[in-house]
Amino acid sequence: MVGASAAGLAAAETLRREGYDGTLTLVGDEPQAPYDRPPLSKQVLAAQWQPARLALRPPADLAALDLDLRLGVAATGLELTERTVRLADGTEVPYDGLIVATGVRPRRLPGAGAHVLRTLDDALVLRDRLGPGVRLVVVGAGFLGAEAAAVAWRLGAKVTLLEPAAVPLAHAVGAEVGALLARAHVERGVDLRCGVTASEVTEDGVRLADGELVESDEVLVAVGSQPNTEWLEGSGLAVGDGVVCDEYCEAARNVYAAGDVARWHNPLFGTSMRIEHRTNAAEQGMAAARNLLRPDTRKPFAPVPYFWSDQYDMKIQAYGYLRGHDEVAVVDGDLAEGRFVAAYRTGGGLSGALAVGMPPRVLRVWRQAIAAGAAWGEAVRTDATVAGA
Amino acid sequence: MKVELEADKCVASGQCVLAAMDVFDQDDDGIAILLEDEPAPELLDDVKEAIAVCPAAAIRLVEQ
Ligand SMILES: Cc1cc2nc3c(=O)[nH]c(=O)nc-3n(C[C@H](O)[C@H](O)[C@H](O)COP(=O)(O)OP(=O)(O)OC[C@H]3O[C@@H](n4cnc5c(N)ncnc54)[C@H](O)[C@@H]3O)c2cc1C
Ligand code: SF4
Repeated sequence: MVGASAAGLAAAETLRREGYDGTLTLVGDEPQAPYDRPPLSKQVLAAQWQPARLALRPPADLAALDLDLRLGVAATGLELTERTVRLADGTEVPYDGLIVATGVRPRRLPGAGAHVLRTLDDALVLRDRLGPGVRLVVVGAGFLGAEAAAVAWRLGAKVTLLEPAAVPLAHAVGAEVGALLARAHVERGVDLRCGVTASEVTEDGVRLADGELVESDEVLVAVGSQPNTEWLEGSGLAVGDGVVCDEYCEAARNVYAAGDVARWHNPLFGTSMRIEHRTNAAEQGMAAARNLLRPDTRKPFAPVPYFWSDQYDMKIQAYGYLRGHDEVAVVDGDLAEGRFVAAYRTGGGLSGALAVGMPPRVLRVWRQAIAAGAAWGEAVRTDATVAGA
Repeated sequence: MKVELEADKCVASGQCVLAAMDVFDQDDDGIAILLEDEPAPELLDDVKEAIAVCPAAAIRLVEQ
């Protein structure tokens, strides 16, 4: 396994659990033992948790996997025909099977001095800069930017949130739900500025495309990420916004990919996707490991993606593949009260459901319907309120 | 084997309930509840699956 985080660790554990007792090498370029990222923009940034709480497994459980663990060293190349992975320290690791789980890294803006938020170090550095009265500009009001803005606001920072779209997250969750999430910022006095493009980070803040300078003490750039695939260049593996895999998560013979870095064909939705969600990383790591170990009984990886996000007092949870949806309908609760379930239609099918403030059993029913490939007309009563109407 | 759940790490994903509904449930806020902290041996595979899919690393199996 290359990449020692959620997906790589899940793959390693699955291989052991399913009886593989040969050599298992886990390579990761970060020095820390595998740790969890979602708390970085939540409890860690809020200084509620110490870093030790993020360990994905206690040291004893990790030791029990009997890994050849190579931490703090990057993979720099792959030889498909020789079946070896080259490492930055000059060593070569031979393999019979390979799982690529190198994740993604943040995109940046031109100019120096801005924070990003992907690693434990990133979170600790930003945490130490936040506090009452600190002027923070967050570039990008996606899930990550919104979570960080919410925490910084709670810590007393003066937060400005810059977003190029007219409504934050509209492409992901629809304009109506996006507007509700936007309202949460505005109501608390976070200065949300939509329809503005940040072009550069300067010593004094963020320069917008129209020349205006938004002054700040600290800048967090949260404008999306790019897959860590450079080390695969020239290897012959197909790379195109992620490692390109089939429905089994296989990229080449005995080479699989999992987690944020993997682009695979999800037969449940009939489309190629790359998912940057925590549960997908574990589930895909497990699926890739099983398919690698038992090719004769391998199964297509056809999950219902799931994610959550914590923003202010809201917990947002969603199942399915909402991107590119054609219609949104509020099917339970009330959007205005911030307690609701919204269902998403793509073509003729139910493609997703998003809930805020609803008990879990309500959403579970929707997950079931998405997993069953329910038609829109069956799943959603035609008298359901159309969001925003 | 005993199941341990760190409820304050739980993010209410419900993955454990999908994997092992005889062992886990969720309260109205979605936080996981242990129905059975010493599950029967035939449930252990489901519990291990729940541990693997929990996105908060909130579940553990410990030897007694
Ligand atoms: C701040 C933050 C908050 C998040 N919050 C949520 C949330 O609320 N809900 C949710 O569903 N998801 C959330 N996520 C997303 C979730 O954390 C990711 O989907 C998950 O971490 C993906 O796991 P992964 O193992 O695929 O990749 P990663 O966690 O990115 O791990 C890849 C590992 O590979 C290493 N690596 C890269 N290149 C090389 C190389 N050449 N050689 C060796 N090692 C290499 C990387 O350094 C890294 O350690 C959040 C992410 C972040 C950063
Ligand atoms: S799988 Fe983990 S995070 Fe999800 S509800 Fe269960 S214990 Fe909580």
